[in-house]
Amino acid sequence: MYPSRFKYESPKTIAEAIKLLDAGKGEAKILAGGQSLVPMLKLRFAFPEQLVDINNIPGLDYIRFDADGSLHIGALVRHEHLEKSVEITNRQPTIAAAAPLVADPIVRTRGTFVGSVCHADPQGDWAATMIALHGYLVVQGPKGKRNIDMKDFVLGPYANALNYNEIAIEAVIPAPKGVARGGYLKLERRVGDFATASVAVSLDMSSDTVLGAGFALAGVGGKTIDANEAASALIGQKLTDATIAKAAALVAAKAEPRTDHRGSAEYKRHIIETFVKRILIANSEQKVA
Amino acid sequence: MSSLYEEIKSAPASDIPVRQITVNVNGEPRTANVEPRLLLVHLLRQAFKLTGTHSGCDTTNCGACTVLFDGRPIKSCTMLAVQAEGHNVETVEGLASASELNPIQEGFKQEHALQCGFCTPGMMMAAKALLEENLNPTEDEIRWALSGNLCRCTGYQNIVKAVLWAAEKMRAELN
Amino acid sequence: MKLDEVKIGGMGASRRRVEDNRFIRGKGNYVDDIVLPGMLHMEILRSPLAHARIKSIDTSAAWDMPGVRLVLTGEMMAARNLAWMPTLSYDTAAVLATDKVRFQGQEVCAVIADDPYIAKDACGKIVVEYEVLPPIVNPVQAAAPDAVQIRDDKAGQVGNKVFDWEIGDKARTDKAFADADVVSKIELHYPRTHPSPMETCGSLADYDRATGKLTVYMTSQAPHIVRAAVAMVAELPEQNIRIVTPDIGGGFGNKVPIYPGYVIAILASILTEKPVKWIEDKTGNLTSTGFGRDVYLKGEMAMRKDGKILGVRMNTISDHGAFFADAQPSKFKIGLMHSAFAAYDIPTAHMFATGYYTNKAPGGVAYRCSFRVTEAMFFQERMVQAAADDLGMDQAEFRRINFVKDEQHPHRTAFGFLTDSGQYEKCLDIGLEAIGYKNFAAEKAEAAKRGRLLGIGISTMTEPLGAGNSREYDILGIKMFDSAELRIHMSGKALLRTGSRGQGTGHETTWAQIVAHELGIPADDILVEEGDTDTAPFGMGTYASRSTPVAGAAIAMVARKVRAKARKLAAHLLEVSEEDIEWELGRFYVRGNQERGVTIQECAMAAYSNMPDGMEPGLENVAYYDPPNLTWPFACYIAKVEIDPETGVWDVLQFVAVDDCGVRINPMIVEGQIMGGLTEAYAMANMQYQTYDEEGNIIGGNYMDFLLPTAWETPGFELYEVVTPCPHHPIGAKGVGECATVGGPAAFVNAVMDALKDKGVRNIDMPLMPNRVYEALTTGKDVYGMPPVRSGN
Repeated sequence: MYPSRFKYESPKTIAEAIKLLDAGKGEAKILAGGQSLVPMLKLRFAFPEQLVDINNIPGLDYIRFDADGSLHIGALVRHEHLEKSVEITNRQPTIAAAAPLVADPIVRTRGTFVGSVCHADPQGDWAATMIALHGYLVVQGPKGKRNIDMKDFVLGPYANALNYNEIAIEAVIPAPKGVARGGYLKLERRVGDFATASVAVSLDMSSDTVLGAGFALAGVGGKTIDANEAASALIGQKLTDATIAKAAALVAAKAEPRTDHRGSAEYKRHIIETFVKRILIANSEQKVA
Repeated sequence: MSSLYEEIKSAPASDIPVRQITVNVNGEPRTANVEPRLLLVHLLRQAFKLTGTHSGCDTTNCGACTVLFDGRPIKSCTMLAVQAEGHNVETVEGLASASELNPIQEGFKQEHALQCGFCTPGMMMAAKALLEENLNPTEDEIRWALSGNLCRCTGYQNIVKAVLWAAEKMRAELN
Repeated sequence: MKLDEVKIGGMGASRRRVEDNRFIRGKGNYVDDIVLPGMLHMEILRSPLAHARIKSIDTSAAWDMPGVRLVLTGEMMAARNLAWMPTLSYDTAAVLATDKVRFQGQEVCAVIADDPYIAKDACGKIVVEYEVLPPIVNPVQAAAPDAVQIRDDKAGQVGNKVFDWEIGDKARTDKAFADADVVSKIELHYPRTHPSPMETCGSLADYDRATGKLTVYMTSQAPHIVRAAVAMVAELPEQNIRIVTPDIGGGFGNKVPIYPGYVIAILASILTEKPVKWIEDKTGNLTSTGFGRDVYLKGEMAMRKDGKILGVRMNTISDHGAFFADAQPSKFKIGLMHSAFAAYDIPTAHMFATGYYTNKAPGGVAYRCSFRVTEAMFFQERMVQAAADDLGMDQAEFRRINFVKDEQHPHRTAFGFLTDSGQYEKCLDIGLEAIGYKNFAAEKAEAAKRGRLLGIGISTMTEPLGAGNSREYDILGIKMFDSAELRIHMSGKALLRTGSRGQGTGHETTWAQIVAHELGIPADDILVEEGDTDTAPFGMGTYASRSTPVAGAAIAMVARKVRAKARKLAAHLLEVSEEDIEWELGRFYVRGNQERGVTIQECAMAAYSNMPDGMEPGLENVAYYDPPNLTWPFACYIAKVEIDPETGVWDVLQFVAVDDCGVRINPMIVEGQIMGGLTEAYAMANMQYQTYDEEGNIIGGNYMDFLLPTAWETPGFELYEVVTPCPHHPIGAKGVGECATVGGPAAFVNAVMDALKDKGVRNIDMPLMPNRVYEALTTGKDVYGMPPVRSGN
């Protein structure tokens, strides 16, 4: 309940923050929403020498749909901003479905989308969502900016592809060719529980034909699981009982669950398959605008 | 110096980082020297003697420490005191004016929405944030908004009633 | 003019709570809110291992840290004869480990420093070298012939067994089974869980060498017992020990025992001559303080084919953790487990109980429960449902024909208790009507069309609340009575103190109502004080729903003593003989002339200003109440649930509670107790438990894994009331605080099992998590919850 000692800086620009991270040589950590980091400090699971608080850097709290239809989420967008955004509700159903299921309502006022993606918790909601949406992160370091595709971002449990002196400043979700559809389901025993299993599904639909799809899983493996291969079962097809069943089976096959007190491996795999089906069926029943 | 005397303690070791911060607490600027690792909940309770905000768990689950930070509810055990520099913090002690209770406080008493009282300050602050956004919440909206705050005594049913009671009173006051 | 009892806040008034005035303003005064000048802070270093020999402890780096004042080890405690302390069940428990650690989370060292952050830093500098020993996490492992002995510290201890104990009539019960048409069996595990109040345990010890006075502010549900224990353990004179229990942030039985942290903080204050505060963190609370339940229950019921129950057999195997620290009356090894089946007219019963040590936290506290009655009633109602199913009888009808009838009271149960009163069938009928029992079949069929499984679960029980009487009930030899002291000031206002201690249960409000009922003094004129052993009369504290049955009765009795003296003062003021005085609420008058009278307030003034010659001045008294029997409330809880068979997730569609707790002093508070209790019942049925993996690591040691339901999951509850006054309680009240937690779980579990009836499943152990329900309904097999489980993902 009492963190160990660390130094603290609160830079006003990204450049300043990068300089601090660079000087920290890997012992400095970024503090954004802090809803995962501060509990780890309190339990003394994390002992950083220095925290670089980015909350005072202006201009990072935007949710923006560009003219090309791509979605840009700044590094200081809180979960509740996404949950309450009318534009997200109307245009990005996978994020809209996941946002209210992140942690609990008080944590959601503070925790950030990008921070949660970077935290790469195997049970986290947003890394899975980003993978299913084929998103990428814009990261900035001493040598400038680069993009990291989500498929290359999560390296393991709590491990990502950022260098110690880089900051993820924006998450980008590419524009759909047709209409963005999808969903997110999580099996939790109570609000704020870690996922027993959860599934993010994205669909890119033209009329009732699937142009693109994405799948990712949380809680059923040592890291966030990329199940985007299963899109092959749907692309160019309609959402029928047969294509839905095939896709769900392919996604479930990608899960790597372990038997524990939350359930057997078979049970968790079954939940994944059931949830994929439920999301796809709900989308097949929905009229495309 | 705010008093006629101040005991000089031995100077802190130079390698301990200390910062001076000023936080606007319940409308009043409060200043303290703090180590960066100090949690906001401990700043409020120990430095500012506002013990109405409670520390309930180690894992950011219980919400007993909920305060409003620039108007939004946060768990004050999951923010560093230094992060509150220059911000507004509202605690349970700021709910009532000198003469009058906040309708949420009245509602909690009228509807028997508390027993041991430990979760109550956090629960009321979360309720305040909800009612500031939505003065006409449904039972489900209340249950959802309070689902980051645990209560062990009441079973929540009377807490829901208390928030409905407060909402009704606040709507009546608007008209 | 006659006083309106409800208007003065007397019996039956839903008086708004006095204590709320401070809580809603953030002005409660919990132990962590107390600050004393020069106060130091203590943190405890706990064992990361379940079972290990301590090879060495190096505290030098901790001592070297600036701000550290004291580092205590088991060896240092042992030098002062404080390494071990007695438990509430005649066993010993380690204060700081000396030889071995016996459970994960056990106290190994303590650091006292200027600030808790520094104390925590110093804990991290202590180096303990362990030699790992094989851990034991269930009674089967404990009983194995080659099992390593956990309590090798105890002379004469054989293996890991704590006790064997039996009760009932074996021969007669064997005969009943031999004569039975049908014998029904069930076997289940009531999992380990934790009372987990929102506030953890903590204390602030302040020893003053100049006066020899030790003051301890602490979270105790029984401050007087603590004073007696500290006098014995610390060998301090009892008059120099003052225990103060400030506001308690929930107790539920967790805050009855004396924990190592309290003892260490006291010694630390004596050694440093400064106040020492110890506030446990949540992980410490969940991993080391008194758990509840953890009992394997097996039993069978003998019946005639018409449904009449002929006899019951029960067998319990309880897991007590590393130290036998059950908080329970001395005479009984497994609490009041033998109160099972008290609501049913059963000729004979027999129970055999065995307890084992394991490498788990000690406890077995009465978690919102009168000493194991929760396990007893859960087993009873699960057995009753299984028996009704085996007979092919309707579950409500089976209960009805076997209930003790109203006119059979007082009724001697097969295990020897004497139930006092009740209207069981009436409660059941109200419940069945409210849940729509008649239409349930149609509702179930309709749900089946949507692919959903519906079930209805009933739990009906009466349980013994309010220990003593003192003939049968004592804790460590101290008899289980309680007390009240009432002082009427000259203005007619009053101060009431009791030996109980509220913990969110509204004593400050309710106790004044009893006095208002007895004396007619408005409740708002009565100040209630509890929890300070220097001022309150001796009492056994608040747990096992005993406050109203015992302390509440003492309050009525002391008010009657005061009224008897006031009558003499009235006679003096009215200039008539005492025999000619009549009483009505708040006032004495002359028989035959109701106009001529004096109020209780006028009598109070006279006690200080105009007493008759020879009368002792003042108007105050003390009463110690030793109840003639326990009180026996009855409850009927009915749950209707819907299961999603694809995921195993179940939802509560409706929940009906019919409670008969006798006369209700404050109906609002009673209903609050019932709703709170039902929520804990729902929690245990659905999510709230502690288990262990094969290494003895606890799962459920913080709120990420020990799940309490939020407002979102918790169902709504419909409450109904029946009143059968308790015949032996001065105001007809019975206990109520625990009824819903005791009787509630079986309603939820029976409902889920009812929904799965066609699948051939007989039992799923709590909590009924979706994976367990899914496993049962897809395999058609029972699901048991015995640890070890596999941890981590």
